[in-house]
Amino acid sequence: MSIKLENVSYQYRDSKRRPALSHVSLEIKKGEFIGIAGHTGSGKSTLIQHFNGLIQPTKGTVLFDGKNIHEQGYSLKELRGKVGLSFQYPEHQLFEVSVFEDVCFGPKNLGLPRDEIEKRAKEALDLVGMDEKYHEKSPFELSGGQKRRVAIAGILAMEPEYFILDEPTAGLDPVGRDRILQLLKKLHEEKGITIILVTHSMEEIADYVDRILVMDQGRLRFDDAPSEVFKHKAELEQMGLSVPFYSFLVDELVQRGYFGKNAEVSAITLQQAKDVILKNWKRNQKL
Amino acid sequence: MMREITIGQYYRADSVIHKLDPRTKIMGTILFIISLFIGKSIPAYVVSVILLAVVIKISTVPFSYMVRGLKAVFAILMFSLVINMFFIPGDVIVDFGFADISREGVQTAVFMAIRLVFLILGSSMMTLTTTPNQLTDGMEKLLNPLKKIKIPVHEIAMMMSIALRFIPILTEELDKIMKAQMARGAEYDQGNLIKKIKSVVPVLVPLFISSVRRANDLAMAMESRCYHGGEGRTKMKPLLYEKRDYISYALILGYLAIMIAIRIRM
Amino acid sequence: MKMVQIKDLVHRYFRRDDDDNIIETIEAIAGVNMDIEKGQFIAVLGHNGSGKSSLAKHINGLLQPAEGAVYVKGMNTSSEEEIWRIRQSAGIVLQNPDNQIIGNIVEEDVAFGPENIGVPTQDIWTRVAESLEAVGMEAFRMSSPNRLSGGQKQRVAIAGILAMEPECIILDEPTAMLDPKGREDVIRTIHRLNKEKAITIILITHKMDEVVDADKVFVMDHGKVVMSGTPREVFSDVEKMKTYRLEVPHAAELAYELRKEGIPLSETIMTKEELVEALCQLS
Repeated sequence: MSIKLENVSYQYRDSKRRPALSHVSLEIKKGEFIGIAGHTGSGKSTLIQHFNGLIQPTKGTVLFDGKNIHEQGYSLKELRGKVGLSFQYPEHQLFEVSVFEDVCFGPKNLGLPRDEIEKRAKEALDLVGMDEKYHEKSPFELSGGQKRRVAIAGILAMEPEYFILDEPTAGLDPVGRDRILQLLKKLHEEKGITIILVTHSMEEIADYVDRILVMDQGRLRFDDAPSEVFKHKAELEQMGLSVPFYSFLVDELVQRGYFGKNAEVSAITLQQAKDVILKNWKRNQKL
Repeated sequence: MMREITIGQYYRADSVIHKLDPRTKIMGTILFIISLFIGKSIPAYVVSVILLAVVIKISTVPFSYMVRGLKAVFAILMFSLVINMFFIPGDVIVDFGFADISREGVQTAVFMAIRLVFLILGSSMMTLTTTPNQLTDGMEKLLNPLKKIKIPVHEIAMMMSIALRFIPILTEELDKIMKAQMARGAEYDQGNLIKKIKSVVPVLVPLFISSVRRANDLAMAMESRCYHGGEGRTKMKPLLYEKRDYISYALILGYLAIMIAIRIRM
Repeated sequence: MKMVQIKDLVHRYFRRDDDDNIIETIEAIAGVNMDIEKGQFIAVLGHNGSGKSSLAKHINGLLQPAEGAVYVKGMNTSSEEEIWRIRQSAGIVLQNPDNQIIGNIVEEDVAFGPENIGVPTQDIWTRVAESLEAVGMEAFRMSSPNRLSGGQKQRVAIAGILAMEPECIILDEPTAMLDPKGREDVIRTIHRLNKEKAITIILITHKMDEVVDADKVFVMDHGKVVMSGTPREVFSDVEKMKTYRLEVPHAAELAYELRKEGIPLSETIMTKEELVEALCQLS
């Protein structure tokens, strides 16, 4: 069970510049929590649109559960039900008169019976924490964070196995951002949905993901666990990506000999940094 | 990407024609079109062809660009050709029984076709050598006298230039919205007409709302940059006639005189 | 004279039902007082919906006070005769760069402001050249704005304001839609304008790392100024910042967490260097 790209390249039709994607091969297995990082124009947006067949590769193949999705007779509509994709701006998809009706749009397109549609919409809205009192509201009256959650519910109601989110936290304040990330974590843990999170801030996702794909100039540059990827600080900086602050901090402490000679310590998140420093502190206190 | 599409069909080059004041080009094109209706004979059209050929040559625009404009109106051209041929009475030269073709019909049809082709080549010349911005600027200045009869010339020109700026942005946004809805299983080319019309709603609503929001933002941005209509406004690039413009006017008027002379002598 | 003076400002908007009856009155700004001196770099922090954006629009006269008053260089923003002079001296840069660029070519957009205030043609050219240079966009003067990145567009928007030769620039979440590289460029640009041209900067944001170098920070919540002071003063109270749905710089946050565990670290730590130094001192 996976989404698999084999040597995929993509060239925008009327563009003479370098291909938007060149020779990308990767596999996303069911149940993973993946981050895709890259600065604007790195090809990350083009890449994710291959996952649900919105874009057909110029070269190479995209396989879903082993089947070529661009083969004659393959239902892309069905695929899009299984591989949900939510774009950066919720304003691009909200259109119905009420929040509830908007969330129904996806399942309706899947051709489900009305009671099933409503059941799913209700569940999806519950999941994202938009209770009954919002159901009849116009989606345009909501705050930025709420709109985003409704947009996410709109995809969830299709009950996808994979869920791709493009910059779901852009423009949100810290509280709104953490709420979205916590929600995704919950979807991953409780519903077993594979989450693919696109971002240009690796810092933000470092806490959550177990694998990071780094895109640069249309190429897949890294595909590894966060701790491994963040070892390449210089390269990441060169690609215009911000390395997590705490990773830098702990590195500097190591260099200054804070953890003792030749200590091998690293951290990515606040919690990890706190733990290693505290451990060191307590040990020093005892001495 | 949608951004790659350029609005209008400006062909970037550095010819004298490109450098002419947009007003000269607009007026020149209008006079040229008038001339096509004055001249109604083979000698007159020969003069027009010569003028066109010379201008195209000077402009350095490849002929293939000029022809592109013609392709779009090919259907109209054929239609008018057929209508004119069959429906103008006169000396019958071919008789199909149910319809016939007359000498006058053929003549009118051919002249009509020539006129249409020239008209399109002439105006393509203008749009190929003038940026849309220069065109709106030129229009604004030419139509300035209409302000006296309370026509908001400046505002119309400003609207046109803003539209030019936002068309590519909105086209790109349209593309994004369509994809966002496709990701939710929307299809645009399925089913009967009613279904097709219905499938446009999820795209048009977000596009409309976004346009309103943009318009709102833009109005605020313009106001904050002290925009308060055309009054007391100066220009970074004011339109000024130069020597080449006067020469061009002289040439085009000379050409018009020739066309009139041919018409009178015929 | 103070650059900007805000006195007991109140801003209200109304929610209406279908019959246009007012069903709710919302005070976006509920009694704000602020004095901003010439040449300062001011940051206004607040989460989404705290009223900080409305405040920005009041300073530029895009909104009118329901109560209280706003003065720019002593001119009242509700005076119709002075409004254009106010807007010329206190320009505003908005969040979405696409929606505030009017010209189809970069240089024509920058010229838009000067054209509106009737600057002679020759001077427009110098102002455009200087403004584009000040934001580091002179290489793009003949480009179409559509081909620029978000950060570049935002810098063009700043140049457009600069060309009106303002004494103060208000930036309403200018980096909210930009990627890290674009953000950095924009923030660096406004700091340079503040230092080299002595332009008063009022930066509205919810990103704490954009605020650390400001002269003074105002924190807004529910339409009120709830904290003010130097960044160091404001960020030392991590607990309080969190109640206003705001973050503090990473180093301050980690120092705060470590302090809670009993490591004696100073409350004024804000940068990575300071934290590393303090930790190494302790061991």
